[in-house]
Amino acid sequence: MEGVDPLTLLPELILALAAVGALLLGSWTPRRRQGRVRLCVTAALLAALAATVVAAATGTGSDSGGHTVDTATHAVRVVVLVGVLATVLLAADTFASHPRESEFHVLLLLAALGAVALAGANDLLVLSVAYLLASIPLYALVGFAKDATGTEAALKFYLLGALSGILLLTGATLLLGAGGTTGYAGLADALPEAPRALVAAGVVAVLAGLLFKAGGVPVHFWVPDVAEGAPAPVAAFVTTVPKIGALVALYRLGDQVLAGAALDWAPLAALLAAASMTLGNLGAFLQTDARRLLGYSTISQVGYLLMAAAAVEGRAEPVQPGLLFYLCAYTAANLGAFAVVCALRTRTLRDHAGLFRDHPWLALSLVVCLLGLVGTPPTAVFVGKLALFTAALEAGLGWLMVLAAVNTVASLFYYLRWILPLFRASGEPSEEGGRPESPGRWSTGVAVTAAAASLGLGVAAGPVLGLL
Amino acid sequence: MLSVVVFLPLAAGLVLLVLPRPRDGTVARTWVAASALDLALVIGLWAYHPSASGSPGAVTGPLAYEERVLWIPSVGASYHVGVDGLSLPLMAMTAVLFLACAVHSLRQRVRTRAHAVLFLFLQTVSTGLFCALDLLLFFVFFDLSIVGMYFVIAGWGHGRPARSALQFFLYTFFGSLALLLGFIGLYVSSDPRTFDMVELAGQTPLEGREPAGGLVLLAIGVGLAVKTPTVPFHTWLPPAHTDAPAAGSAILAGVLLKMGTYGFVRIAMPILPGAWSDHAMVIVVVGVVSVLYGALVALAQTDFKRMVAYTSVNHMGYIILGLGAAGLATGAQSGAASLAITGGVTQMVSHGLLTGALFLLAGVLHDRADTYDMGSYGGLAARAPRFAALAAVAFFGSLGLPGLSGFIAEFQIFAGSLGPVPVATALALLGILITAALFLRALRRLFLGGPGPCTDRVGDLSARESAAIAPLLALAVLIGLLPRFLLDRVEPAARALAALVSG
Repeated sequence: MEGVDPLTLLPELILALAAVGALLLGSWTPRRRQGRVRLCVTAALLAALAATVVAAATGTGSDSGGHTVDTATHAVRVVVLVGVLATVLLAADTFASHPRESEFHVLLLLAALGAVALAGANDLLVLSVAYLLASIPLYALVGFAKDATGTEAALKFYLLGALSGILLLTGATLLLGAGGTTGYAGLADALPEAPRALVAAGVVAVLAGLLFKAGGVPVHFWVPDVAEGAPAPVAAFVTTVPKIGALVALYRLGDQVLAGAALDWAPLAALLAAASMTLGNLGAFLQTDARRLLGYSTISQVGYLLMAAAAVEGRAEPVQPGLLFYLCAYTAANLGAFAVVCALRTRTLRDHAGLFRDHPWLALSLVVCLLGLVGTPPTAVFVGKLALFTAALEAGLGWLMVLAAVNTVASLFYYLRWILPLFRASGEPSEEGGRPESPGRWSTGVAVTAAAASLGLGVAAGPVLGLL
Repeated sequence: MLSVVVFLPLAAGLVLLVLPRPRDGTVARTWVAASALDLALVIGLWAYHPSASGSPGAVTGPLAYEERVLWIPSVGASYHVGVDGLSLPLMAMTAVLFLACAVHSLRQRVRTRAHAVLFLFLQTVSTGLFCALDLLLFFVFFDLSIVGMYFVIAGWGHGRPARSALQFFLYTFFGSLALLLGFIGLYVSSDPRTFDMVELAGQTPLEGREPAGGLVLLAIGVGLAVKTPTVPFHTWLPPAHTDAPAAGSAILAGVLLKMGTYGFVRIAMPILPGAWSDHAMVIVVVGVVSVLYGALVALAQTDFKRMVAYTSVNHMGYIILGLGAAGLATGAQSGAASLAITGGVTQMVSHGLLTGALFLLAGVLHDRADTYDMGSYGGLAARAPRFAALAAVAFFGSLGLPGLSGFIAEFQIFAGSLGPVPVATALALLGILITAALFLRALRRLFLGGPGPCTDRVGDLSARESAAIAPLLALAVLIGLLPRFLLDRVEPAARALAALVSG
């Protein structure tokens, strides 16, 4: 492998250094005054964001050392960094003056670094390393509160993650055996001539790992438990940020390696997409816990996003801008919905009764974000869905498009179950005491900003899509 | 200019939203002022509508006041608005009806600000839909109208509003997704790729390409049929109407239902003329079934509002019948086809005015005595003469009495449809008989005979209520007596459309 210009990896380097720095700073800071760690982390994230924007604006790219820096990588960096920033702000309400606040930030930064690396990987070995980096900090984060539900979620998450990780490594080994290399470019040349069964086994194993990260069927069982059991900001992070990296990695793998291989890639990916969106929706239908409902809804969202990976073949224009745009839109809407939950510290849907009267801005943000997840225009997810629906139809997957539309209608049902109580004239007090008097200040800000971003991205979809 | 008309109500709504704690009276007056100003602007558009000029190349006649800004260039979607003879009457009807609702709601004191903002939002959405010339823009407004109406029903309805609102949202959202699939089908088949209605109508990309043309028409047809609604997609309508507040019902029946029928003349017919002609018989049958079924079920109702809701199914059926018949007309019958389409558009306007008035009148009853049950009333003519007079005009207009707008519309539809589809037209004529019977019976139950248990709770219309309802009926009479001012606008566009789908 030739050398890598470290400057092209500046945002990743900043993230890594910030993680180390935060650990050191946290160790030498009294437990009561760990707020300064948060400030430093925020500054580092902003610096990484600035570095990304400069790199994207100057068109800096590279393709060496098993890692690609291209438009997709730039876009993922921006979305992941913004997502981490939002999580740090969400955590400001929950984890402020928590004795292990700096550890929280360190783990968060490392997981984000893993997600970015996943998206940029174009070598199976780099992909495996990125997978581990994106997973291990999250196991700790999910169990961070040391309570019963968090521990249970962490254990499930860890066991399934370990299994998927081993599968991913096995798959990489099989593909190495089949193609003689782990680089995507070499694999794309070698796989069409390789034994088909071997390639199929390898691909399925690699897919298992990536689907676990994305939270897609059939390795989705951890998602609702983590969404419900982990601390709310962690749940927001885990159901949003790692998905971005994993889905771009899936798309890259499908686009660069598997579309050409002697393998029915499109039907396989379409089947996974269909299963994800349908099972996620079915699971969400009768949930009464807001976070569990969001967890299932993210599974169905992964299904829609997988349509991009299924539609890589047989099209004139690349589907990549649509996928990236959908990821941005999804991040805004999902983080916004979780931010409302963080702000109110609510558990069940009924806890939200009468929210519109008490906190109209939070209620409106929640409505925008939930309708955004449905894909109601003019929110951004609508444009993303439109792009992916179109791509699916053009790729000859008309049935998948119809199924996605039917699923969208079905999903409306459970989102409305949440929206409706907001406008009840009076919230009947629930047994557990319902909501606190004042919602978290930072979380409220994040929720309103995310809702505004969701609308703004949709209206300004033209220029944004032009950048991608 | 057109964008000002579209977004003025929304801007007024945003102003209301940022005002710190406005008084209820201020909110109500601002709402009325904004709606009145919007109506004045629409009248201006009408008066200066250059009926013979405008950009050529549009299939349904020249477009005026066009504006086009690229929105998502990579998929060929733009903010493209403009008006022609099909859209202008509906925009005018929308403005009139929203002003009537604003006046009617002057004393509405339940969450006044949110109520006003929602209606102003709905007005922008409805006006925007009727002048949208881009499929995506149309879809955006189409979907937002559902969202807005959902909150109106859920927030201000009575009975079981949450359930009805949910049913309404799910059902119509299903329709809108079907519509979206159809739009994507059109987009994918067009070359160069575009969502622009004018360009698509020029390309007619699916002409002669079966089964794609039929499938896309099916998707679009189902989407619009849910909204219209026609049998068998009408089941959301009665509960939504019964539980919606009066002004919400008026807008739902008067404006939102027209989005479905307008979609047929604006999108389905010009862009898929061949497929429309091929499958016109299905459309005619759906129309006739809607006419008869709507009328018969309305006849069986004892709930006044439910009855009016079912007559909407019946009235929308006439429009579908006329549009379907236009597709079956041969080249020699293109005059008849044009007549049927003109009748259809006139019916949209007429139904908007009359049903809007009927639902506002139903709201008056509910405000006073808390029930829509017709058996609870009786002898209202003596107690509430103004109420009885206005209701009688609306009833007779709805059943198609000459001299009122309903007659002008339905006569043209029947005259135009008789040539292409004589049997269906004869069957649909029965619908007129049934509606006449049911309206006369309702008239007798409510206004004549001895007083019912709730009669003494009903006082006559207040000045505010009269001011909201009387202008709607005055316009219906005006269209009934002097229809030329309306028909002159509609006919050129209808002729162009008829030439496309017939022959």
